[in-house]
Amino acid sequence: MSVLPGIIEDSRLNKLSNEEISRYSRHLLLPQIGLEGQERLKAAKVLIVGTGGLGAPLALYLAAAGVGTLGIVDFDFVEESNLQRQIIHSTNDIDRPKVASAADRINALNPDIKVVPYNTRLTSENALSIIEDYDIVADGTDNYQTRYLVNDACVLLGKPNVYGSIFQFEGQASVFYAKEGPCYRCLYPSPPPPGLVPSCSEGGVLGVLPGIVGTIQANEVIKLIIGGGNSLVSRLLLFDAWEMRFRELKLDKDPGCPICGEQPSIHELIDYEQFCGLKPDHEEIPVDTIEATELKARLDAGDKLQIIDIREPHERAISPFPGAKPIPLGQMTRRIDEFDDQIDSVFLCKVGQRSVFAIRALQEAGYKGKLLNLKDGVNAWARDVDNNLPQY
Amino acid sequence: MAKVLIPTALRAFTEGKSEAEVSGKTAGEVIAALAKTYPDLKQHLFDEGGKLRSFVNVFVGDENIKNFGGLDAPVSENETVTLVPAIAGGNADLCMGACL
Ligand SMILES: [Zn+2]
Repeated sequence: MSVLPGIIEDSRLNKLSNEEISRYSRHLLLPQIGLEGQERLKAAKVLIVGTGGLGAPLALYLAAAGVGTLGIVDFDFVEESNLQRQIIHSTNDIDRPKVASAADRINALNPDIKVVPYNTRLTSENALSIIEDYDIVADGTDNYQTRYLVNDACVLLGKPNVYGSIFQFEGQASVFYAKEGPCYRCLYPSPPPPGLVPSCSEGGVLGVLPGIVGTIQANEVIKLIIGGGNSLVSRLLLFDAWEMRFRELKLDKDPGCPICGEQPSIHELIDYEQFCGLKPDHEEIPVDTIEATELKARLDAGDKLQIIDIREPHERAISPFPGAKPIPLGQMTRRIDEFDDQIDSVFLCKVGQRSVFAIRALQEAGYKGKLLNLKDGVNAWARDVDNNLPQY
Repeated sequence: MAKVLIPTALRAFTEGKSEAEVSGKTAGEVIAALAKTYPDLKQHLFDEGGKLRSFVNVFVGDENIKNFGGLDAPVSENETVTLVPAIAGGNADLCMGACL
């Protein structure tokens, strides 16, 4: 059991108004919350990093619960394909900054809440000064750079980091709080190199999954504020929406953790792009690209090409590329003998990121023929060459 | 035999399978047996030096093998071994998750 005391000092508490007492009566009737717990919620300041799939339910539930100050950080704009899961944004908000759309929705839900929008990317330069003002950080980001940044900033400032992460049908949640238990780096000292992890912009996610995981995060935030209950500190919750299975694993503080261990080597924020291997490596062989229009011209001219579609069958079905040979990315090296190195090969996927990894895999396996990457993928083909194909 | 639970992020390398029954008396033996059945999985679990990658955790039961012997951690008959790779998604628009 990890029963933590509430994080808000008594000196910050203010009495509730009669209107607030009516509004939050269903909380006040719970002995675990009561008047004092609700006053702690009112005094609390929570920073939500990201107003996407996880940030949406986090912000809505924390606003509904009466958390007095909500900071929201995002630099992105609302896109149509967000609306399948990011329930804080609406169709009318398409093309608006996400923090503006989220702030309006929070204000409409609960005008008592003070919303502080940060229409910016969280960086090593601004993270400490932003996070410093808050009691708790809820991490709803979508990339390793920001996850390590949020973790490190929280460890350095002594703040709890309420963590959630999703992938397709699976989610993870925990509370990383170095004062009381492990941090994210105790579990994962460093991220996967980009070569092994193509971008999820090409991956799907079940819309309700971030709803469930983000709501679990909101629950943990509330317990940290009011104190009591059993915190997710030192536990990793795994959720599989397809199997409908929750599992719980024990997490321990790693004495050798580079930031919260016994002899930490990290004492300040670092360059997280570099740490995550996102800065181009000079020794890396560049990948040759081909524009969609150029590919069309070569096909029209009767050039002999082997066009390889590296997408899985269900994805190919969304926007099939005529005449391409399907070889899923996971099978590339195993099927190297199916290539003719006397003929140029063109690799394609949705937006031209995973196909780079296919080319790299063949280069590493010693393939000698010419390898071209279709720039911006099938979506570019649909945009520039064949308007009958959908972009997705 | 131990039951290995394979997360979605790694299923592209296990022919879509979410579970595998493999034999082995230690965590290392169990994972090596799994990587033998699914060779494409190997580079995602082990680095060039044969060490477990820093973004993959292995749990035997509910305990992280880091805390009891690493790859030498004992695995008893019918135990569940869970692979837990780092996933970064939260938004699914621009995430660098462990996805393929
Ligand atoms: Zn740590």
